[in-house]
Amino acid sequence: MRERSPWPYLLVAPAVAGGAFLLLYPLLKAAVISFQHFRMGELIRGAAVFVGLENYAELLSGAEFRQVVLRTLVWTAINVVLIMVLSTALALMLVRLRRALRLAVMSALALAWATPIIAATTVFQWLFQSELGVVNWLLVALGLDSFRGYTWFADGTATFAVLVLLVVWQSVPFAALTLYAGLTTIPAELYESARIDGGTGRQVFTRITVPMLRQLFALVASLEVIWTAKCFPQIWVLSQGGPDGATTTLPVYAFKIARVLHRYDLGSAVAMLTVVILAVALVGNLRRMVRQ
Amino acid sequence: MRRFALNAAAVAVFVMMIFPVYWMFLTAFKPTADIQAETPTFWPAHPTFDHFVTAINAPGFGTYWRNSLVVTLVAVLLALVVSLLAAFAVARMRWRGRGAFLVGVFAAQMAPWEALLVPVFIIARDTGLLDSLAMLTGVYFMITLPFTIVTLRGFLAAIPLELEEAAQVDGCSRTTAFRRVVFPLLAPGLMATSLFGFITAWNEFAFVNVLIIKDQSRRTLPVWLSSFRDVFGTDWGATMAAASLFALPALLLFLFLQRRVGTGMTAGAVKG
Repeated sequence: MRERSPWPYLLVAPAVAGGAFLLLYPLLKAAVISFQHFRMGELIRGAAVFVGLENYAELLSGAEFRQVVLRTLVWTAINVVLIMVLSTALALMLVRLRRALRLAVMSALALAWATPIIAATTVFQWLFQSELGVVNWLLVALGLDSFRGYTWFADGTATFAVLVLLVVWQSVPFAALTLYAGLTTIPAELYESARIDGGTGRQVFTRITVPMLRQLFALVASLEVIWTAKCFPQIWVLSQGGPDGATTTLPVYAFKIARVLHRYDLGSAVAMLTVVILAVALVGNLRRMVRQ
Repeated sequence: MRRFALNAAAVAVFVMMIFPVYWMFLTAFKPTADIQAETPTFWPAHPTFDHFVTAINAPGFGTYWRNSLVVTLVAVLLALVVSLLAAFAVARMRWRGRGAFLVGVFAAQMAPWEALLVPVFIIARDTGLLDSLAMLTGVYFMITLPFTIVTLRGFLAAIPLELEEAAQVDGCSRTTAFRRVVFPLLAPGLMATSLFGFITAWNEFAFVNVLIIKDQSRRTLPVWLSSFRDVFGTDWGATMAAASLFALPALLLFLFLQRRVGTGMTAGAVKG
């Protein structure tokens, strides 16, 4: 039954208007600017000139961009693998824990989840501070004397490692709690009948738990891919993409060239390429959501 | 033995997850002498409020706090109202374009916001909305809107239509039926989505960096905290006190709503 009334349209109008002005329009604007010569001068005076694919050509021919893309891939892969392995293990652990301990672990996860990003980033800078940081103290106390006064944020790899730790620490709670919620929806009867039929622990896991969780696992993994690939505030606050560009991923790179170098045209081109890359990664996800 | 290993692992996870948060609060309450001690103490031996006083008296703290609160609350409330209208149209009415609208919402939910910094900056500049909290609020509203619509639609769809119809048979108008019957049942969904919105807006860092340029009195807490070196130098006690004050509303809200939200979040995120 289709209602021939204006009501549904009036009801969605504010949402559509918001999306048109604050999402669709910027997206189109970015697309247009990415084909223009648009720098500080054009920002002030206007009258940007159309230059075709020049920005994209400049970007794709530069060694730096390729390096940044590669680094973004490595950054995303390391983070997502760590997050998924740890949170799957955690979810399986949570199911097996006794109530009191499970509640304690879940509360700790929730606390880490709720801690605002910038607050957590500040705390990690303090944890890894060279002279007074508790991490260096702990490492020295464990006999690793080379960490006495070690400056984590002077070395590219060390900074990268701290950022991975930070992002994993922030991301594991959502993934683990979601997977745990998924595990609890598997009916106990399934496990029972499998055991009655003589299934071993490993068989029960591979034949029941894994298939039941596969979809949820894929969904969480794809969300984590998006979130870590476009992760920006942690990196910007902690290292501004440094030292020596060692932590410059795509979003940091786009921010740098637009905000610091005032190359709005190049920044828009990076943005458009990011959109394309993410869109490819997301098509499957979107299709699944629409099906439901 | 297996039980012991499991419990030990659980305790280890508990410590690792909670330690950074604990260390933040602990440092904030420690006197400077203890913070700078050769061997750190792991419990508040001589608790003090000095660092909180320093943080609160830092220039602009009150302004930034108020800005953050205003921007967050307005964005969340706006998103709730707009989403509720849209979710109702999607879940309860049949109309041409409904499918397209839904696909748009799903796509918007995955919008690459980080990629839109430059165009949003230029649009704000062209429309004279640079350095204004209104533009910032608008962006936060739009970031949270798609998730809010999807989640509320899920909750609405789960409420049987018969309930509303029964109320209408009993003489309620459609609006009254919605207000009296559906709205109370939506409470968990409203809480889950407003918590999500709150966390998003309270946390947001990239857009405020791009949209608030000259007028420093329009900045929000995340930007202020990220520049803690300019504000506090190497005073880690004050920095951690500031971080604690920034984190506290989010932590309290989260713990308060956690149980209801656990189901709400996953219901929205997983089932679509």
